[in-house]
Amino acid sequence: MVSATRERRILWVTLLLLTTLPGFAQLLGEPYLVSLFSRILIYGLAAASLDLMLGYGGMVSFGHAAFFGIGAYVVAILAFHSAEGSAVPLLGLAGTESALLAWPAAALAAGLAAALIGAVCLRTGGIQFIMITLAFAQMLFYLFVSLSAYGGEDGLSMWDRSRLAGLDLGDDTVFYYVCLTLLVAFLVLARRLVNARFGMVIQGARQNEARMQALGFPIYRYKLVCFALAGTGAGLAGALIANQTEFVSPGLMHWTRSGQILVMVILGGMGTLFGPVLGAAALLLMEEVLSMYTEYWMVYLGPMLILVVLFARRGVYGWLVGGDRD
Amino acid sequence: MPVAVYTDGWWAATVTEPLLKVEGLNKRFGAVVASRNLSLDILQGETHALIGPNGAGKSTALAQLAGALRPDAGRIEFAGRDITVLPGHRRARLGLARSFQVTSIFDAFSVEDNVALAAQAHDGHSFRFWLPARRDRRLRRQARSLLARLGLLPQAEVCAGTLAHGEKRQLEVAMALAGRPRLLMLDEPMAGMGSGGTLRMTRLIRELKREVTILLVEHDMDAVFALADRVSVLVYGECIATGTPEQIRRDPLVRRAYLGQG
Amino acid sequence: MLLFLEQVLNGLQLGVTLFLMSAGLTLVFGIMNLINLAHGSFYMIGAYVGATVTARSGSFLLGVLAALPAAGLVGMVVEILVLRRLYDREHLDQVLATFGLILFFNELTRILWGRQPLFMDVPDLLSGTVDIIPGAPYPAYRLAVICVGIAVAAFLYVLITRSRIGMQIRAGASNREMAGALGVNIRLLYTLVFGLGALLAGLAGVMAGPILAVEAGMGESILILTFVVIVVGGIGSVRGALVGALLIGMVDTLGRAFLPGVLRLVLPASEADGVGASLAAMSIYIFMAAVLAWRPRGLFPAHG
Repeated sequence: MVSATRERRILWVTLLLLTTLPGFAQLLGEPYLVSLFSRILIYGLAAASLDLMLGYGGMVSFGHAAFFGIGAYVVAILAFHSAEGSAVPLLGLAGTESALLAWPAAALAAGLAAALIGAVCLRTGGIQFIMITLAFAQMLFYLFVSLSAYGGEDGLSMWDRSRLAGLDLGDDTVFYYVCLTLLVAFLVLARRLVNARFGMVIQGARQNEARMQALGFPIYRYKLVCFALAGTGAGLAGALIANQTEFVSPGLMHWTRSGQILVMVILGGMGTLFGPVLGAAALLLMEEVLSMYTEYWMVYLGPMLILVVLFARRGVYGWLVGGDRD
Repeated sequence: MPVAVYTDGWWAATVTEPLLKVEGLNKRFGAVVASRNLSLDILQGETHALIGPNGAGKSTALAQLAGALRPDAGRIEFAGRDITVLPGHRRARLGLARSFQVTSIFDAFSVEDNVALAAQAHDGHSFRFWLPARRDRRLRRQARSLLARLGLLPQAEVCAGTLAHGEKRQLEVAMALAGRPRLLMLDEPMAGMGSGGTLRMTRLIRELKREVTILLVEHDMDAVFALADRVSVLVYGECIATGTPEQIRRDPLVRRAYLGQG
Repeated sequence: MLLFLEQVLNGLQLGVTLFLMSAGLTLVFGIMNLINLAHGSFYMIGAYVGATVTARSGSFLLGVLAALPAAGLVGMVVEILVLRRLYDREHLDQVLATFGLILFFNELTRILWGRQPLFMDVPDLLSGTVDIIPGAPYPAYRLAVICVGIAVAAFLYVLITRSRIGMQIRAGASNREMAGALGVNIRLLYTLVFGLGALLAGLAGVMAGPILAVEAGMGESILILTFVVIVVGGIGSVRGALVGALLIGMVDTLGRAFLPGVLRLVLPASEADGVGASLAAMSIYIFMAAVLAWRPRGLFPAHG
């Protein structure tokens, strides 16, 4: 068993480091670090949301980027119509640049899409589930490629970041703290959830589905809700990434992006919620460092990934925490 | 094959309606017939054993009763309600609990979590997202009292996957009981146990049979004849006889088909 | 009508290409219980080697003859070095490790061949057209692709149902331990099956070379289509792969060709084209969802 105090200590130290990061960046004269770490926090949120269904519910989704992309597009499309002064097609509503409207809308739209896609995917399991989630994500990818009104393959730029009363999101440091707050809030909620009655059910379903049925749990419903919640989290992350880069494109939901988020979860430590945030940091920093030395950094990343899978399954978090989990 | 149903005995006088009524169950997998016109009554309060040689279709029959498999034809009635096409989880909620032949528990959970989760299934819906389940007093109290009863309380905090085989079998029974079932279906609870474990399990079931109706699938004949009020014999998916242990022991058909000539 | 016939042939051509890809992949799924994302890399390797040898030697035939063993060999090496260790692992591990392989192979081809796509010419012999029915010309090369695909399907059928190795494959698929006890060298068998799958993927790649651009990452778009094929057909079933490949080939090709036109009957032209294009791009996924809603294990689920 893992020592709980050590786990807690790691959490607090990381939180302290993340809170003081903008200050350090200023001291070092590297403001670029703030936006790099904003990206890390956002991808950490996406990875943690995937961990909710993967690490606890045992659902290996290879299409999580689809919900990430939907969240991003909702924010960008609402901003686009707001700037143009036109109505959003099909809904007939006006666009908006308000974060308080657009971000929840992004999360909800992603959650709804996840519920619909999950309803089909969860009819299967095992290898099929992996491939079907992948296929659905590709379907959405091609859908957005074909939406020429929103830039098609080239994507859609935003004039500005969303507006949040009293805060200047255009300021990278302010935006960083907003990301950090949302990530921490998500992690707290998710941690409550996995330890609540609902969480016990999805964890039980991961370990032994037949037993759960025999105990009287209609597990399909629980897994579907879990799938939808994970999609909601990814949608929120997507809303943030759209703001961070002020640009969205179908590339956000490309299947390699799903793979990348999956890698973050494994690299950080599956079934720990916080681990995937570390995984996001590890992967993005590694990318950053490798690409400083070579244009062809993926030729190193690929074999490294294979080695991690073969020999270091517990991930960064497991390695930090120690103990004999697994 | 003619079916012998003995109608004398204590239950015939005391019991009116069967708790579980199985009529003409048929199930085949390709060319293999797993259940052939299987009919069976489990009376309220009795302990009914289902025996038969390997491959007689006992586990398949149980799977159909539990809702894990759908019969090709036939009808299953539980407490007066037709449950033939009801999914497994709904049957469990009605009070049909089962243990598995191959131990089926939650390896990564603690022993107490295993039983608490089973109790949670019975306690209403589980769409609760905020309060920690492990601090839910009601579930924990139920779990602990069941564990105490089965002598597993000292292991409550232990990871279930690390239990000894016999303890896992006991845990399984505890989980089945946590749902306060009306019918407890035990699939070879003594499988793979030493003589000490078998003895303990026999004692446990003898205690349970006072409070719950039991369908016992078992290979260990000593245990069956010690525990069962009635026994049904399955051969090639077909029920060839039902009666008291004494009647089954004497039945010539059963002796020929199953017990050998001895 | 002529247009329709032409599109049906195009669909058939995509279908046989998909079959070449999915036959190997579904065997690997069915027998080794392995999900291999890097299958598209063998397709890409086949195309690159084929394009290079063709350009150097001037002979398409030599290109094909070089591409096949190259893809097969790379497949076997990958199986021995990496995948063999993953057979008993969870699907998740397999997904991640083979994802790593994709990153590696894509980047490696960029290093070896550069970022610019290569283009392959249709061999002279097949550069003309053939009248399928009088007055309906169709590119001879595409017809040849269809013929090769049909020939391979027939070959696989005979191999699996009639030959000794096919019997061993089927034995290995239904029961690993049993086949091992019967004296089948499972390890070698797995490597050979994997090599055969990679070789077929390489064949698909080199044949696609003159039709598509040869570039890093070309394996992935076809890989995902292949997944759809396998899910629709039923995992582990070669027959399912054949039926699934033809269905997906047809749905995709005909959808792209005719959906906008059909929609123009009910929508204004400008909208019809946009919606039609979107729907056409999504058509196979919608088709897959429909099949799965009806039969969650695909059209021809393998036993077990």
